[in-house]
Parts: sequence; structure tokens; C-alpha cells
Amino acid sequence: MNRINKKLQEDKKLLSIYFTAGYPKLEDTVPVLEELVKSGVDMIEIGLPFSDPLADGPTIQESSTTALKNGMTTAKLFDQIKDIRKTVDIPLIVMGYFNPMLQYGVEKFCKACSEIGIDGLIMPDLPLAEYEEHYKATFEKYDLKMVFLITPQTSDKRIKQIDTASDGFIYMVSSASTTGKTSGFSNVQRDYFERIDALNLKNPQIVGFGIKDEETFKAATKTAKGAIIGSAFIKMLTEKGIEGISSFIKSIRP
Amino acid sequence: MNYNVNEKGYYGDFGGAYIPEMLYPNVEELRQNYIKVMQEPDFQKEFKELLKEYVGRPTPLYYAKRFSEKYGTKVYLKREDLCHTGAHKVNNTIGQILMAKRLGKNRIIAETGAGQHGVATATVCALMGLECIVYMGAIDIKRQAPNVARMKMLGATVVSAESGSKTLKDATNEAIRDWINNPTDTHYIIGSVVGPHPYPDMVARFQSVISEEVKKQLLEKEGRENPDYVVACVGGGSNAAGIFYHYLDKPEVGIIAVEAAGKGIHSGESAATSALGKEGIIHGSKTLLMQTDDGQITEPYSISAGLDYPGVGPMHAHLFRSGRGEFISVTDADAMQAGLDLCKLEGIIPAIESSHALAIFEDRKFRKDDVVVVNLSGRGDKDLNTYIEYFDLA
Ligand SMILES: Cc1ncc(COP(=O)(O)O)c(C=O)c1O
Repeated sequence: MNRINKKLQEDKKLLSIYFTAGYPKLEDTVPVLEELVKSGVDMIEIGLPFSDPLADGPTIQESSTTALKNGMTTAKLFDQIKDIRKTVDIPLIVMGYFNPMLQYGVEKFCKACSEIGIDGLIMPDLPLAEYEEHYKATFEKYDLKMVFLITPQTSDKRIKQIDTASDGFIYMVSSASTTGKTSGFSNVQRDYFERIDALNLKNPQIVGFGIKDEETFKAATKTAKGAIIGSAFIKMLTEKGIEGISSFIKSIRP
Repeated sequence: MNYNVNEKGYYGDFGGAYIPEMLYPNVEELRQNYIKVMQEPDFQKEFKELLKEYVGRPTPLYYAKRFSEKYGTKVYLKREDLCHTGAHKVNNTIGQILMAKRLGKNRIIAETGAGQHGVATATVCALMGLECIVYMGAIDIKRQAPNVARMKMLGATVVSAESGSKTLKDATNEAIRDWINNPTDTHYIIGSVVGPHPYPDMVARFQSVISEEVKKQLLEKEGRENPDYVVACVGGGSNAAGIFYHYLDKPEVGIIAVEAAGKGIHSGESAATSALGKEGIIHGSKTLLMQTDDGQITEPYSISAGLDYPGVGPMHAHLFRSGRGEFISVTDADAMQAGLDLCKLEGIIPAIESSHALAIFEDRKFRKDDVVVVNLSGRGDKDLNTYIEYFDLA
């Protein structure tokens, strides 16, 4: 069974962390991953940096720009993490934009992920229809779970389509925003969380965007299976470096 | 072969809507409504009336006698430079502002490079009394101060794009991010035939008034609707799409697209996308774009800010790959000289973008009785500083 599906069966709220590969330093990818695992996170999204990350706010944009300047590439990432399964056994997801994958070659990319032991992919600009028509068969051949996003504006009908197309979890974007907006959750978001909960989807949901501390983590996981922290983690990493990881994770889930 | 968009939003292999889910409701709303709205009689009436009374259409199709004599062929100039605000860009912003109003949007965002599209957007927002926010790269804000002032006078808020390389592609990213953050009340007026479907098709339809007029005007002047060639510069490709539109399926009409070679195609400072680009995704569209082997989008260069874009619209990618279009690239130096030549020969100061299209006649020879229509996409007022510095005219 794919590690993602197995993890989702555990009887607890999951904490997933996004970080940008090759940030703050090119060779930090593996040390960050290992420290996150040691700190007890349940899942990790490895961000493959892109020059034009449309769905991201300033924090992730800047970390991507730095990582690219550091020399991060698709091939470099795959090389850095080629032995990661010797030390890490939680689910690993690669999150990136579609163009670098397209240039690397979709099949070659999937094959590399599968050989390394990557469990899933999040490609925010690869839409459902394109995926199903052109790429689904390849992803499935390599047992890679494609994770789709939903937002407060996504219609129930489309959420159901996405639920049908998914096998793993649904990435529930907390608000209509790019990453890194951290104003906390309002009633609008709580209503949205409850509306989605009431749909009784077959895939569990993991909430992302705007999770930054214990309070927002708890609010998000009241109904959802877990939550993803990205920008807040990158900010901490920028300020405190790898040494700051374990106390950051403890502060989210004491 | 079909050179126009198909029902899935593709031109051959190119196009589509590669957008994050956050944009799906906005883009889908537009996709479902744009053709229906454009075909409504009252939309058509208002659109045509504004093009006539406000923009000043039809623009003349002017036989450039002295220019023609110089190059030994018959050259007509489609005078988009005489449009209100000084370029073809306003055809599209008039269309899209009417679209936005019918979709119930009250907040307008746009990106701009040189500021022409920003000015055209700020203009129609003033006309309709709608809020207008224009994203512009921090570097372009410095380079194009007069257009920034014009936008402000017209009531727009100009927001500096500080990410990435701080030019047009980054301004476009910021506009898209704004749209993600404002999903219900905002319409994004894209300035060219780029972006996710249905934008390339919608913008091409609004710009198609250019070739619609050429057909009628040429019939009067030459006794035939079809010229032998239509020529246009390509940044994103909207003025080109406009003058190609009604000739796409007329094989007897040659289509010539002119890109900016900057300091030379192989100089590393160029915007000649068809020569240097590879298939990929930019701003929600699968098209040809300049990028590294690793799929990172690279920064283009041209002396003309309007051609300084690392991609081309999917229609043009298809015209290139299918061989329907002839693609020529022109250096800064040749474009600047052609611009100055037109001033001296015809008393018309062209935008530097348009000068690229004029520059092909030095090397690309036509027959004596060929009728060649060049889209003179804009006037050169905005470029005076560049001309002055380049030719040391002060
Ligand atoms: C006068 C003029 N021509 C051409 C262009 C290039 O745009 P497009 O290729 O969309 O016509 C611009 C863009 O700013 C412009 O101002």
C-alpha cells in the first residue's frame, strides 16, 4: 500500500510540512528532511522551486528564488534524495509547478520519483482535466498519488469530481489566497470547513494555506484529517535555521 | 488545418488552461460566458459604438507611397497608432471592460510592461467609473515614468511588482496572484493573446476588428479583400492576431510575424521566442517560451518594452509550428533605423514595437505588385526618450 494511504489510516490528526528544496543552502534538503522526521511530523512536501510560482505568496517565492540561485534543479533534487528511503519512512510528496516536470519529461520524472520512493505529487497548475486526459495513466503506473486542491470557491459538483479522481487526500486550501496569508481563520473559513465535512468525501482532507501555529492547526483539524504548514515554516527556517525545527514542530503540536 | 482555437481551448498543440484551482471558478465563468456575451446584440452595439466614437475607428489603411517606392513593393499601413491612447491595445480593453460589466465585476486589474496596456486599461476604467489596479515591474516603473503618470492621472493605482526579475512577466504573475486573492468581484484584463483559455481567443476576437476593417478598405483601394501578405510585430501577439484573424484560413495570404531579436538571436539578450523557445507552460498556457533546460522561465530582452515577453500566445506558437506563419526576427538596431526611416519617408513616428515590423523590408524581398499590409500597432510618443538617446537627438 502507498505510504500516503497507510498514513491516512492512522488515528490521529496529521501534521505535514512544506519546505523548498535547496533552501536556505543548496545542500540543506536532506538535513531539513531528516530533522523534520526526527521532530515527529507525519508527512513532508518537498518543494521543487520554480521561477514563476503563481500560487505562492512572497515567502515561498523568495525561498524559491534563493534555491534556484543556489543551483537547485530537478536533477539535483533527485540526486540529493536518491538514498532518502534508507533513513526516512514517512510519506514524501513532491510539490512543484508543471513546467519543470514537463521539461524533465513527465514519464522520466515519475520514474525517478518512484525509484526514490516518492509517494505523491502536487502540481497546482496541472488541472484535473489535463491530468485525466494525458497524465493519469503514467502517474498510476508509478504508483504516484496526484493530490488536487479545492478552495472555498470550488463548487460541490467539482469537489465531487475531484474526490472521484483522487486516491489519497484532498488538499483543502483554507481561503481564496496565495500561500502565506496568515490572518487566522474567520467564521467564513469555519463554515467552509464544515460544509466540506458534511459532503462525506471518500478522500480525507488536509488543510493548507494560513496554518502557522497551534491555534490554527487545531482549528483546521477540527474537521479535517490534517494540516500543512508552508510559509510559517520557511519563515522560521530563514530566521533560526535547521536548529529551530524541533521546537517549531513542538509549538504546533505540543 | 484549423488555425483558430478548438472547442477545448487549443490551437493545435498549444493553449489550454494550466491554472491553479484557485483560479478555476473565475476562468470557468469567463469561458462559459464570453462568446454568449460577445454575441448579444446590445454588447455588439455598445462595443461598435465605443470603437467608433471613442477610439476613433475605423483606423485608416494608408498607402505608404514613399516607403513603397523605397522597397519596390506596395505597402499599406494599418494605422492603429491613431487609436485613442496611441495603440491597438485599447480595442481589447474596451471589449473586456464591457465583458467585466456584464459579468458583474467592479474591480479591474491588469499587468503592463511598457505601460501601453496599463494606460488603455486605466482609460476604459475611467470611462466606466470602475476601480483600476495596474501591476507593473519595479524596473519598468522606472523606465516608463510618463506612462506611470498617465495611469495615475486616469485614476488608476499602479502597484510595483517586486518579485523575480521585476518586469512584465513578474507583473503578470502579480496580477494573477491578485486575482487568486480576489476571486469574486475582480476581472483581470490581460493585455495580449496570452494566458489561460479563453483569454487568447477572447482577446483575438476583440482585436479582429483590425483585419475586418482591412478587408473592406483593401476592397475599396485594390479591388480585392485579400492582400498578398499581412505583417505584424509579436510581443504576446495581440496586434498580430488582430491583423491575421480574418486571413488565417486564406492560404493565398502570407502571414508574417516579426519578433524582437534584441541584440541578436544568439547574444543572450533577445526576445525571439520562436527561434529560442521550447514548448512549455507560462501564465496558464501551453505555448513556446524561453526557458532553461530545467524549465525555469528566462528573462527576455528587447529595446522595445512591448516585445519584451518570454513567450508568445498559443495561436502564434501554432502558426509557427504548422508552418502557416513566416517568423522573422529583427534586432534593436534594425528596428530603430526602420522607425527613423518611416519618420523621414512618411511623416509618421512609429512605436518601436511597430518599427520591428517595418524593418523586415531590408532583407525580405517582395514582388513589385505584391500588396503588403503592415500593422502599425502604435505611435512613438511613448518612445521618444529611447529614440532621443539612441540617435543622440537632444
Ligand atoms: C505599440 C505596441 N505594439 C505591439 C505591442 C506588443 O503586444 P502584442 O504582441 O500583444 O501586440 C505593444 C505592447 O505593449 C505595443 O504597445
